[in-house]
Amino acid sequence: MDLSDGEYVTRARTGDSDAFRTLVERHSRSVFRLAFRMTGNEQDAEDVVQESMLRAYKQLSKFDERASFGTWLYRIAANCSLDLVRSKKRRTQNQVLAPEGDSDLENPVMTVPEPGPNPERMALSGEVRERLTAAMGDLSATERSAFVLRHFEGMCIEDVSRVLGCQPGAAKHSVFRAVQKLRRALEPVVSAARS
Amino acid sequence: MNHLNEEELILHYYSEESDAFAAEQHLDQCEQCRAHYACLQRVLNVVDSLPVPVRSEEYGSEVWRRIAGRLPSRRRRWWSLEGSWQWAGAAAAFASLVVVAFMAGRMFPTAVSRKVTPVTTAANVADKQGGQRVLLLAVGDLLDRSQMVLIELNHATPSENLDISAEQSRASDLASENRLYRQTALQTGDTAMAGVLDDLERVLVDIAHEPSQMAPAELENLQHRMESAGILFKVRILGNNVKQKQEAAGSVGRSGGQKL
Repeated sequence: MDLSDGEYVTRARTGDSDAFRTLVERHSRSVFRLAFRMTGNEQDAEDVVQESMLRAYKQLSKFDERASFGTWLYRIAANCSLDLVRSKKRRTQNQVLAPEGDSDLENPVMTVPEPGPNPERMALSGEVRERLTAAMGDLSATERSAFVLRHFEGMCIEDVSRVLGCQPGAAKHSVFRAVQKLRRALEPVVSAARS
Repeated sequence: MNHLNEEELILHYYSEESDAFAAEQHLDQCEQCRAHYACLQRVLNVVDSLPVPVRSEEYGSEVWRRIAGRLPSRRRRWWSLEGSWQWAGAAAAFASLVVVAFMAGRMFPTAVSRKVTPVTTAANVADKQGGQRVLLLAVGDLLDRSQMVLIELNHATPSENLDISAEQSRASDLASENRLYRQTALQTGDTAMAGVLDDLERVLVDIAHEPSQMAPAELENLQHRMESAGILFKVRILGNNVKQKQEAAGSVGRSGGQKL
């Protein structure tokens, strides 16, 4: 019998761990995708998935049953990703002295791992893929988060701002900056690929 | 004619502009803006192809296995539902002993013979002494195994990327078992045991949450935290107490427990 997320949440709140298990099984893959896009690192994304599920469990009593559990969980995952990226950034900045003239340390942890060959990845030419990876890595944590939530997760600017804990105007500008950076980085290769 | 700027084009792409009709109309009429918009679409289409590692259908179950032992218990809610638990203390304690005995029988195949059957288990735990004996046996075993993990980490030599994933896996399992016994100890009024198990559980969960590849500084930090908590000492003391209680429970009970 397939119950709705809301019904499983109700059961999980009373201590029914099997109900929470079902929610974990239903949502882990999509949370992983979000976490990977936000952190750009597979291991970090794994950590975010687990941390998000644990946080969700602890905060089940705060969940408004009229809302979507998936969206609520996404918000938790997005915050976990941001926390992780920011803490790693702080740690790296404390530990690593930037070589002189190296301007690439603005966001040292935001690197997408070298992708292996699969049909989806092969669809992109090597150069475009490299540029895309680098361009995503050049976004700041906030820009990347705002962009991922707006572009990949389809959240409206208002929701993005709630997740990021900022004003809608600031969220909108983060998305703008992200798109502008991506466009500047990718437009030459995309145009070249067409011609 | 005012052209659409880049921000307006982005808003249009995401259907977030205040006047979608006006933007659409302008794009119909303005070749320059149409070209810019087409370029933006191409770039964002490429972004859509950003590869994401694939996870199998079983991924959710894997995640569950990893976090199940770390989920905090929902004690408060349980107590609030029971309300009058103090009045029913004896009955609850007895019921928990039955549960723990059953769980212990299932979880400790090395300590308890596989020949056990639900009928004989139920019969043996039907009396309180038998239940306490099984609980002590299970807690003693848990403490021994926890101590081994703690000692291994305490004596580990800091090195680059020390892999503690095996210890973490054991710590996670132990934390899960620990929670069950801590709750039972609380219900039976053994606050001393519950207190130490609570401390132990926190340390085990802490270990399970650490990165599996530890830098020297991280390991030293963990060792320092374990030392500050005095957890090894507490576990040893509780282990000795448990053994004494087991012995006090009588040779008949102990031999009966071993045959279980």
